[in-house]
Amino acid sequence: MSKIYKNQIFIPMTALLILLLFNLIADPSFFKITMGLNSAGNPVLSGYLMTVLDNGSELAILAIGMTLVTAASGGQDISVGAAIAIAGSTLLRVLCGTNTRPDTLRTPIFVAFLISCLVAMAFGAFNGVLVAIFKIQPMVATLILYTAGRSIAAWINNNELPIISDPKFSYYGGFIPGIPIPTPVFIAAAMVILITLVLKFTNLGLYTQAVGINESSSRLNGLNPVFIKWLTFVILGLCVAVAALIKVSRLSSINYSVIAKDIEMDAILAVALGGNALSGGKFNMAASVIGAFVIQLLTTTLFKFNVPSDALPAYKAVVVIMLVVFSAPVVRDRMSVLFKKLSAESRKEAA
Amino acid sequence: MKKKALAVLLAATMVLGLTACGGGGATAPASGGGDAAPAADSGSSGGTIKVGIINNDPNESGYRTANDKDLKETFSAANGYEASFAYSLKNDEQITAAQKFIQDGVDYLLLSAADTSGWDTVLKDAQDAGIQVILFDRTIDADPSLYAASIVSDMDKEGQTAVDWLASQNLDEYNVIHIQGVMGSAAQKGRSGALDSKVKAESNWNIVTQQTAEWNAENAQQIVQSVIDAGTKFNVIYAENDDMAKGAVAALDKANISHGVGKDVIVMGFDCNKWALEELLAQNWNYDGQCNPFQSSYIDEVIKTLQSGGTIAEKTIIMDEKGFDATTITQEDVDTYGI
Repeated sequence: MSKIYKNQIFIPMTALLILLLFNLIADPSFFKITMGLNSAGNPVLSGYLMTVLDNGSELAILAIGMTLVTAASGGQDISVGAAIAIAGSTLLRVLCGTNTRPDTLRTPIFVAFLISCLVAMAFGAFNGVLVAIFKIQPMVATLILYTAGRSIAAWINNNELPIISDPKFSYYGGFIPGIPIPTPVFIAAAMVILITLVLKFTNLGLYTQAVGINESSSRLNGLNPVFIKWLTFVILGLCVAVAALIKVSRLSSINYSVIAKDIEMDAILAVALGGNALSGGKFNMAASVIGAFVIQLLTTTLFKFNVPSDALPAYKAVVVIMLVVFSAPVVRDRMSVLFKKLSAESRKEAA
Repeated sequence: MKKKALAVLLAATMVLGLTACGGGGATAPASGGGDAAPAADSGSSGGTIKVGIINNDPNESGYRTANDKDLKETFSAANGYEASFAYSLKNDEQITAAQKFIQDGVDYLLLSAADTSGWDTVLKDAQDAGIQVILFDRTIDADPSLYAASIVSDMDKEGQTAVDWLASQNLDEYNVIHIQGVMGSAAQKGRSGALDSKVKAESNWNIVTQQTAEWNAENAQQIVQSVIDAGTKFNVIYAENDDMAKGAVAALDKANISHGVGKDVIVMGFDCNKWALEELLAQNWNYDGQCNPFQSSYIDEVIKTLQSGGTIAEKTIIMDEKGFDATTITQEDVDTYGI
């Protein structure tokens, strides 16, 4: 028992199961998935579970980058929402040029995406430089972009709101004709597989954890903590660009002030829910990704049960507090000690 | 070394980015629209009227962008004005900007306050310096004697116009998905209030769901998706701004539910963004309520009256605001009223 409990993935999994169980008891139709046609006549799967998978993907993608940043730097990037606005704005700018209502795209979507990746990674690198070289606390360093990011995003497009009518662009946040599963799910899955492979076949995971646990000893062991910290921010930048593609594609447009609003808090929460220490060090990527879907599941559940608007944040807060407290490393250690004691006693009694 | 160079480069880009968009919120002399580039010298030279305009960040929303553009066009050198602009979403920065404008000796101070309170002292200073204050878009909690006029939208009226229009559709039953803006904002209160009281008064008006999407299209999409997933019947979407209506429509499209003129679901939005009015023109949506960002002509009129020694009869001036019906809207409306 204590072994299972010690496993980090236990907490987000339990949270996920409890929420699913709650929905099962309250209204089993939560699990109903139906196949229908959308207005373009293509088959789509819909149902609450699909909604969770679909809308949770951006958060899961961001959680990947945020986990690495947290592990290496012992701090969080609070500028990801603003950075999504910048990356999304860049994407649209490259696609549309100065014409905000283009009939045809000026550049292939792939090229525009690559450029927006570069821009997002450059901004990530900027954050990384502040944190790694100038040793500024990550939350303070990223506060700069957090405040200025949305203005920069608006400035990139001259404050216009481009709208893309080409249906191909909406595939990334919607459906590819003929495939009934939302594309964001595939994109998120691809990102998760990619990071899994990277962690498995490179030393990235080991190095970030080493830097996060003890920077000077990792330097003495021949690592370059500055570079590794910087690198995690650049990787987060890439995650931001991918999330931005999905977000912008969902509505084929952008609204600088509200796009991905407060998503940074959810991304940090996903890392915390995954039971990762926010002070850096060891991390569990799978736990963070599950944490992201737990948050989306919670949001969808609250929408489903029609919680009054004014009370919604309060409900969310209560659940979040419970989850975070139980997933805190301190509580986990205490609990596992408690379990050990209990099992030792029961063994004694048996003997 | 390479990294350091990169650091410097990136820092430089950031600084450029900051100044280029005035995101810092400090006072920035306007070089508005390219046409109005006031000379740096101070002291009102005969003929031109000096105005200091304190506004919220134009990037805040499409409404604000249109509002800022409109002000810059009206208060141009060609129209006999010398305008300085200051943007901030924070009250204290706005107050600092106001103090600077007072020291610069502007003739008129135009103000769209970030916050309703805290303005008494600075407005008193303005009055002592003989500067007339005109409020636009937002009112403040201060003695009316401290300002010359206040030009505002009546959000309650906007909501009422929309609800009256909806009532005139004579549906047998109204099952409304009500998507609210950020709770507590003036626009949300006004637009929700009218619908709430109508639903209470009529037996065939029901609220299917009432949720805040915080002006966010994606949240609206999720809210409507949730209703569709639950299999609940509805025939009206009352979204308190265009973005949220757009999100709602995305959810409808996904579920192949028809919307627009003569279709299953009536879609209503607010703010009259140009793209939203185009949706009306294409009859994909049914109604869009205006929230008029074009206060500058009203302000201009007030200033002209005051300049000629006249008095303002009514301090609070409520702007005309329309509601557009998809069956009657014309391309001309889209061009004129789209923001």
